[in-house]
Amino acid sequence: MRWRRTAGLWFVAPALALIAAFFAAPVLASLLLSFTDFDVYAVARPDRLRLVGLENYRRLLDDSRFWLAFRNTAYFVLVGGPLSIAVSLAAALLLDARLARFRGFFRSVLFLPVVTTLVAVAVVWRYLYHPRLGLLNHLLGYVGVDPIDWLGDPAWAMPAIILLAVWKNFGFNMVVFLAGLQSVPARLYEAARLDGAGAWQQFRGVTLPLLRPTLVFVTIMTGIGYFQLFAEPYVMTQGGPAGATLSVVLLMYEEGFRWWNMGYGAAVAFVLFAVILALTLLQLMWQGRKLMGGPGMAGAAREERR
Amino acid sequence: MRRTIVTVAVNGALLAAAALTLMPLLWMLSASLMPAGEATALPPRLVPSAPTLEHYRTLFTRLDLGRALLNSTALATVVTALSLLINSLAGYAFAKLPFRGRDRLFAVLLAALVVPAQVAMLPLFLELKALGLVNSYVAVVVPGLASVFGIFLVRQYALGLPDSVLDAARVDGAGELRVYTAVALRLLGPILVTLAVFTFMGTWNDFMWPLVVLADQERYTLPVALATLAGEHVQDVELMMAGAVVTVLPVLLVFVCLQRYYIAGVTAGGVKE
Repeated sequence: MRWRRTAGLWFVAPALALIAAFFAAPVLASLLLSFTDFDVYAVARPDRLRLVGLENYRRLLDDSRFWLAFRNTAYFVLVGGPLSIAVSLAAALLLDARLARFRGFFRSVLFLPVVTTLVAVAVVWRYLYHPRLGLLNHLLGYVGVDPIDWLGDPAWAMPAIILLAVWKNFGFNMVVFLAGLQSVPARLYEAARLDGAGAWQQFRGVTLPLLRPTLVFVTIMTGIGYFQLFAEPYVMTQGGPAGATLSVVLLMYEEGFRWWNMGYGAAVAFVLFAVILALTLLQLMWQGRKLMGGPGMAGAAREERR
Repeated sequence: MRRTIVTVAVNGALLAAAALTLMPLLWMLSASLMPAGEATALPPRLVPSAPTLEHYRTLFTRLDLGRALLNSTALATVVTALSLLINSLAGYAFAKLPFRGRDRLFAVLLAALVVPAQVAMLPLFLELKALGLVNSYVAVVVPGLASVFGIFLVRQYALGLPDSVLDAARVDGAGELRVYTAVALRLLGPILVTLAVFTFMGTWNDFMWPLVVLADQERYTLPVALATLAGEHVQDVELMMAGAVVTVLPVLLVFVCLQRYYIAGVTAGGVKE
């Protein structure tokens, strides 16, 4: 019995050591780093490092580029997130419809973009978005839409990136929703039909309430993921035009790894983390009581308490 | 009658959605086979007039993309193999081998899921620089070896393993390591395939970290090499599409072959019975 106790510790030791060394320690160090003036000179001579307290965070608040990146990221999260989730839910409902044929095939096809390499499809979409030669404007031309300068017009660049993100990501949540839908007992629908409920009323009265835990989980995970927007603007627009697609992570990358302002970059990263954490906690508090159904993180947490 | 209309509407919508979803991927494939200049012709062509493999040839001869393909394959394979071992050991122990403070430790690990990887990135770079590992394959590999998600996935599955089978092995005199290798690993098979697919694809598709930590072109992974090429060859649409195909095709093949396991992982993360 005693051997069994230590055996468990030995089993988790390699994973814990790696997580401690290459994740936990850097995260803590990142907080410290954000209180220093670590810059390109300190990369060569770390002894020149100085503690500057909250100076980086104060500068951040005065930095118009930070606010621009923050607004752009918020735009991406607040518009792209709900749009992605809506498309995922619609696709899941279609696949779950009793009259749908070839479900397995359609599910696989709709899921394909999820497994593709983001950089590769961003390269592809950059050409699809070409104002004069791109396929997208050509197709839109058939329905009478004038050519749009997708990636060249500051007003359209973020919508273009959102469109790509929705296409790339909706399949993932679609599959999560599908599992949620399939766990709704059929007798509830039968009961609703006997009460004379139409399709829409069944959706509002049965599907949505029972899907709520899944919806909360999906919203939180999508939010966390979307706040980390990076590769799409890096490949397609380099943050342009006129900073319209500069994201917080792209700003962190530029400050930290292009200009080696690592102290400042760490502050940017921590503000991003704080915002993600605050919004996640808010979501959980707001919806927490309704999470009793069991899915996802709540299920894991419940497992813990037992 | 109504039933027919609904059937047509539902399946028509599915067909349209599938077509829209596939369109960018099909165009990528088609354009990669077009003679130079044809993908930017007006009106846009959907099918190559005379399919050619010349762009693939250019990629693998003049631009040395084969090297990046090799790097990506090797790195993704190594990370997958090592992470399977490390995460299955930990996940199994969190489910089946009690030790003091275990459940609290697991809760702390789960909480770490809300910390975005980018927060660790700057100090991680400095740490690896201090170790002399920047611009090495090791630097690409180490952050991906242990993953909270992987541990979680294995643990949830391992909770369902029958204790009686494990105990039977113990009664026969097997040590815990032997119980794990001879009994548990076999029972964990399906979830390990799931984890392998996730890890392989995640490593293959990862962009930001290899971009940060690799400096020499000959060490680039496919996504980094492709992003670099895309900056230098903006005009060569057909060439870039061939590069995109080379990057995407391996993971698409893995998915098509093992999608049952992949989808199981997606739903295991999202919905727990």
